[in-house]
Parts: sequence; structure tokens; C-alpha cells
Amino acid sequence: MRTLIFRTIAPYLTSLMVLFSIFVLLRGHNDPGGGFIGGLIAASAFAIYGIACGVSPVRRALYFHPMAISGFGLLLAALAGWMSLFFEVPFLTGLWTTVSILGLPVDLSTVLFFDIGVYLVVVGAITSIALALEEREHG
Amino acid sequence: MTADSQWLTFLALMLPFAAAALAPFLTKLLRHNAAWVLAIAPALMFLHFSGFLDPVSEGRALAGGYAWIPSLDVDFSWYLDGLSVTFALLITGIGTLIVLYSGGYLNGHEHQGRFFSFILMFMGSMLGLVVADSFLTLFVFWELTSITSFLLIGFDHSRSGSRRAALQALIVTGMGGLSLLAGLLVIWGATGASSLSALLATGDALREAPLYLAALLLILGGAFTKSAQFPFHFWLPNAMEAPTPVSAYLHSATMVKAGVYLVMRLNPVLGETVAWETILPVFGGTTLIVGTFLAVRQTDLKLMLAYTTVASLGLLVMLTGFGSHKAVEAAALYLVAHSLFKGALFMVAGLVDHETGTRDVTRLGGLRSAMPVTFAAAVLAACSMGGLPLFFGFLAKEEIYAALGFASGWSAALTLVAIVGNGLMFAIGFAVALKPFLGAPVETPKHAHEGPVLLWLGPLVLGGLGLIAALISTVSHRLISSPMSSAIAGEPVTVTISTVPHIGMPLALSLVTVGFGVAAFRMLGRLRGVMASVLNAIGWGPDKGFDQALAATTKLSFGVTRIIQSGRLDYYMTATFIALAAALLIPMIAFGEFPAAPAFPAMPFYEWIVLLIGVIGVGAVIYARDRLTAIVSLGIQGFAVALLFMLLGAPDLSFTQFMVETLSVVILALVMTRLRLSPTDHRPTSEKIGDVLVAGTCGAALGLMLLRVTQVPFNAELSEFFAANSRVIAHGRNIVNVIIVDFRGMDTLGEIAVVMITGLAILALVRIRSAKPAKAGQES
Repeated sequence: MRTLIFRTIAPYLTSLMVLFSIFVLLRGHNDPGGGFIGGLIAASAFAIYGIACGVSPVRRALYFHPMAISGFGLLLAALAGWMSLFFEVPFLTGLWTTVSILGLPVDLSTVLFFDIGVYLVVVGAITSIALALEEREHG
Repeated sequence: MTADSQWLTFLALMLPFAAAALAPFLTKLLRHNAAWVLAIAPALMFLHFSGFLDPVSEGRALAGGYAWIPSLDVDFSWYLDGLSVTFALLITGIGTLIVLYSGGYLNGHEHQGRFFSFILMFMGSMLGLVVADSFLTLFVFWELTSITSFLLIGFDHSRSGSRRAALQALIVTGMGGLSLLAGLLVIWGATGASSLSALLATGDALREAPLYLAALLLILGGAFTKSAQFPFHFWLPNAMEAPTPVSAYLHSATMVKAGVYLVMRLNPVLGETVAWETILPVFGGTTLIVGTFLAVRQTDLKLMLAYTTVASLGLLVMLTGFGSHKAVEAAALYLVAHSLFKGALFMVAGLVDHETGTRDVTRLGGLRSAMPVTFAAAVLAACSMGGLPLFFGFLAKEEIYAALGFASGWSAALTLVAIVGNGLMFAIGFAVALKPFLGAPVETPKHAHEGPVLLWLGPLVLGGLGLIAALISTVSHRLISSPMSSAIAGEPVTVTISTVPHIGMPLALSLVTVGFGVAAFRMLGRLRGVMASVLNAIGWGPDKGFDQALAATTKLSFGVTRIIQSGRLDYYMTATFIALAAALLIPMIAFGEFPAAPAFPAMPFYEWIVLLIGVIGVGAVIYARDRLTAIVSLGIQGFAVALLFMLLGAPDLSFTQFMVETLSVVILALVMTRLRLSPTDHRPTSEKIGDVLVAGTCGAALGLMLLRVTQVPFNAELSEFFAANSRVIAHGRNIVNVIIVDFRGMDTLGEIAVVMITGLAILALVRIRSAKPAKAGQES
């Protein structure tokens, strides 16, 4: 599978897919998309990169162990839920605020962080499985 | 109980745990002198609980506590009457001395801080156990004593003997704890009382309940294992693997008395029945005789004492079950006397061991001039144990004989048992207290000299108390014995016995006992030989039985695991899918809920085409020659379904389905290559037929289920709610995503946790498999 064309195109394809996955993640609240789908897209991106160029470049590019990314995602999601503690509302209640970034109003919410957590869990868990399997193939 | 006093009692109950948390740091700072500081905690508790002596001696009982789980009617509550206050004073008073003793005994031990911590935690658990009122509090503390005693017995965890003894004690008392829990629940169900004080107020309700016998047996299961009654006595002598302060504290004065405490506590509601007055004396009497006979066999000071402890616990159970006020008084007196003298003798044994390097009675002698204070403490304790006049043990023994008497054949038999048991205990008590100290000095592994004050303070105080308590018997009866007996009997009882000898039957029996004891003491060497040969001839005991039962359990679970965890993936898959088909089909058949035949669907032609692609995909899976083709064909079927979702207006679902299918194909292909499967399928025809059946049934069942579900009128309440509120409450237009991250966020949190854990598990499995060939490669 490590053909020249595939190897050449894989980095571009992967970066596009990761970018797209983030786009899907962020638009999820109002349009089709969300953390779960975004995570799956990103995971396939890394799987493709791994198949094309071997596992170690992927691991280097990710920097953190994929399982650590997954764990951080779970922590983030849980912490987003805990935020409601400070406002004395039930666990996981969505909290919203609007901040101004470069003069543009941006809606921020605990729900967004929760969704990012879902995204990271899915990316991390599936990528770590895929990479482990690929490693055995090429190792 | 006023709010202040309630708060103080709560603090007193929690103080040992706080001290336990501090102990390691203090010990690092002050080394063994930390004992002086740590002993302040139990001393304060002792003072606090002695404040209750006055109200309790007037026949009042004090209850207090806090709501714990109000919705389930569960409280953290305590109940202080004569029985619990006496126990609390024994636990905190002896506890103070034990903490000091541990300071000297484990001086220089690298884990002394940890030991302090464990013993203080135990103290807190035991204290909670005896003052607990609500059943749940009682059970929690009961189990805590089992756990802390496990830690203490296994303190010297580098020796396999310690580990075995710790595990054995935990298993035996832990099973007893479960039995107790069941018993308490039965009582709760039968009487509606969820606390001891409420139960004690129900009168005859429990005795007349149809489940009385079940409750009794379950409760006794807990009490007898904890208090080492025959045939569960074996764990107690084995627990002598623990450091001596533990033996002195847990295995003589406190924990093993928890069972006796329970029996005494429940006497007013469970007692006075034929079953009670048969089971308790029979088991107690047997334990008394077996315990003393086995004690005679031993030469190790601690083991001799351990078996007499078993015997004493038997005596206490027997007296509690005898069913008269006099017997109850005798039990109360003996319990206090035993805690004092046995704690002291254990500490003496430890002291001798510590200073000479051995505790084998045949290798000790002539220590009286080297260790005079220890000798004095030992003699004081032994006099009480032997029941000599002027000592508290004497009062107890007089009361025992006065209670049992010769009124019937039954009581005469029990009197005989008591005489034999007491006589042998007399012999062993003096063997422990005299043999190491009298006679010609014997060469010992260490050069013997008197121990430090931390070590001899405890035994001397306890031994002295055995004398003082008897001399001021009017005071000790008013404050301790009478309130305690009243609590056990369930009605006011006054103890009057004093040290002034009174001519009569009990005194005569006391003399007989002492005579028998002196004779047994002189012939101890010969008796030991006889017992040894008898036991060798029997060759089997409950201790061995425990090992056999444990081995049998291991074998059974191994066998069961072999059957259900065959290690063959196809078995697991087949079992899973058969279970799935059964779960779907059986309810449908049982309730006759089959779907009606659906009308022919009117679909546009492009939907038919997509459907056809899916069917072709499935067909290709079946007819594919090699596995890779099959996997890709399965993906085709999945994509077709995803397309259908899209056409039917579920973009999110479709999107996800696309991604899942893609990743499934990639991962399945990777797995296939990694498992080094042959590229083609080699199943024999018979196996194929079976697999087709399972797969077909599953598919059909799922199809029928879906049809049936869609034929039920659709309840749109939730969809309407989400549609109406998604934008308003959750600020999102994508209802699916809003449900996932907001409305049902808790579900999602659980799901992503599962995703992560599954990922970890798979990663571990992959690693295990890949590690093996690598190792093999290194070796070659």
C-alpha cells in the first residue's frame, strides 16, 4: 500500500481531513456534525497517514500518546460538567457566555468543551488501536 | 443527649482515625516516643466515656447520632448503656496501655508509624462497633474491625505464615460479617426496627416472628466466627503471627469479644428460647473444653494464651446462653476480668519474648531476678486468671458456680465443663506466669534484663486493676458490673458478690477447681505428651479443613473458568449471537408480539437502487472467496445503509455511519493481517451450516423486532420537546448534537468513558500478543 502516489498525497489528505474534522466539530451545534463524527474523521485521517508513511511519523506528529489524548478528552468532558458546580445547577448543565475576540462576539459554552472532550476521546481511542495494529503489520 | 455532648461523642468516635492519620508523621519525628503523644487520644476517649458511668449506673441509656441517609432511614447513631460503656472503657483504657506498649515493643522497627496507624484505626473501628446503634453503623464498624485486624495480623508481611494467618482471619470473619448482615436484614424485615435501641424496645416481637430461627442462626454465624467458637476457632491461634501488642489487644481484650458483645446485646430480644439456651451452651461448652485441651498441648507462651482465650470466649458464650440472671452477672464479671488478666499476660509473654528472644516455655526459666517487675505483673494477672481470692477473677468464678449449680442434669453437666475448663486454665495461667520466672536460670538467645517502662507499664496496670477492682467491689459493681448485667439481661440486675469468702457450694467448687488446677499444673509436661499423641492420632483439624475448602474453591472456579472462558473467539461470538437472538425472539414469542405483515413500500426508484447495492454487498460477503473481499463487501453494505439514512433525512446518522464503516473496514483488515489468518475461509460444511443458522436467526429476529417497533404508535412527546427546546434552552439548532452533548450529556459522558476503556483494553491485548514474538526472537 505504500505506493509513491499514496505516500506523497497522504500528508495533504491527512491535514485536510483533520482540518475538516475540526470544522465538523465546531459546526456541530447548529448543523450536521459534532464531536463524535469529527473524532471519527480525524481518526481515519491518522489511520491513512499511518498506512501510507508508517507509524512513527504519526506518533511524532501527534507528540502525545493517543491514549493520553483520549484520557485528556474524558477529563475535559468531566470538567465541563463540573463547571455547573460553581453555579449551583445540576451536573452537566450547559452554561453559556459571550466573549469578544478581535471585536467579534463568540459564544463560548461548557457544552463546547464537552464536545471537544468527546472528539478527543474518540480520536485518541481509535487512533491508538489503529496505530497499534499497524505497528504490528510493519514492525 | 445534649447537642454539645453529642458533638463530643462524635469527635471521640472519630479521634482514633485522626490519630491514625497523624501517627506516621509523629513517629518519623519522635520515633518510639511518639507513643506518649499518641496515647493521649485513647486516654481522652477513656475520660469522655467514663463521664457516662454515672448516668448509666442509674439505669439510663443515652442515644445520639446524626442522619446519614435519611431517605433510606439509615442513621449514624450510637447507644450507650452499661454494656457499651463498659466495652468502650475497656477498648480505650487497654488501648492507651497498648499504644504505650507498642512504643516499646516495636522500638526501632522501620514501620512503627504504620503499626501505630493500624492499631489506632482498629481502636476506632472497635469503639464504633460497641457503641453503634443503627444496624448499618454496626455492620460497617464490624467489617472495619475485620479489615484492620487483617492489616495487623499481616503486619509482618514478608513472612508467609503472617500472610496466611491474615487471609484466614479475614475470610473467616468476613464470611461471618456477611452472615451478620443477612441476619440484621432479616431482623429488620421481621420487626421493622433498623437500630438496636428500637429492636430492644420491641419486646417479644422477634421471638415470635416466623423467621426467628433464621435470624438467630445468621446472627450466631457472625458472632461465632468473630469470637472464635468451635469449629471456627482455628483462625485465632494462627493470628498469633501478629506482633504481640496486637495479640494482647485484638485477640484477648477486644475484637474477639465482638461476637460475645453481639450475643450479649441481643440476649434480651433473641434469648430465653429453647434454641438459644441449647445452641449457645453447647457451642460455648465445646469451645471451652476444646480450647483448654489444645492449650495444654502448646509450649509457645502466646499460643498457650491464645487457646485459653478461645476457651474463655466459649465460657462467655455458654454463660450468656444459660439463661438466668446469675449467669449473665457471671458473664459480665468474667468478661471484664478476662480482658484485664489476658491482656496483661499477653503483654508479659511479649515482654519475655522481647527481652530473651524466645517464648518457648520449655526454654525459659529463672527470670525472676532479671525481670522482677514483669514477674510481679505476671503473678497478679495469673492470680486473677486462676480465680484466687481477693482478685476479680475470683468474683467471676464464684458467680459462675453460683449460676450454674446442680439444679438439673443439664446445669450439672455445664458445671462439670466449667470446672474442667477453669482448672486447666488455672494450670496454664500459672504455667505462663511462673515457669519462665522460677527455677534455675536458663541460657536464652538474648541476655535477659528488665524491659523499659513503656513495656512493663501496661501489664502491671492491668494486673493491678484485677486486684483493685475486686477490693473495691462495691464501687466496681455499682459503676460497671451491675449496669452491664442489666443491659445484657434487659432488666435491672444488681451484682453483690464481694471478696469476703462466704461458705457455700460455689466456694467448695472453687476449691475443687483450684485443686484440679494445681494437679494439672504439676503434671503439665505429661498432659502435653498425651494431648500431642491424641492430636497426632486424629491428624485432621478445622485448620486443615480450611485449606482444603480453599483449595476446592480454587479448583471449582478454575474449572468453571475453563468452561466459560475457553479462549476461542468463535465460541464467544457464537454464544454472544445466540444470546442476542434469544433476547430478541423469546419475548416476542412469549407475548405473541409478532409484527403484522407490512404493506409493500412505495419508494422512489433511486432508493430501490441503493437497497439493491446493500443486498449485493451482503451477497458478496457470503460468496467472497477470500476474507479481504468479504470485509470490503461488508463495507459496501454499510455505505448503502448510510446512503439510505441520508435519503431519509438523517444527515448526522448517515455521516457517522460513513465514518464508522470506513474505520471498520480499515481496522478489520488490519486485524486480519495481524492475526495471520489464512486469506481464505476453511470452515467445514457442518460448522458453516451452524453459523448460517445463528446468523440467519439473528438477522431475522432483528428485522422482526424493528418491524414490530415501527408498528407501535409513535410517541412524539420527546421529539416535540427537543424540537421546541433545542434552540431555546440549549442554544443549538442541530437537535441530534444538542441531545448528545446537552440534554443527555450524562449518557455521553458514560459512553466516552466506555470508548476510552475499550481502547485501553484493546491496546493491552494487542501489546500482549506483539510482546510474545519479540521475546521469542530475543531468546533465539
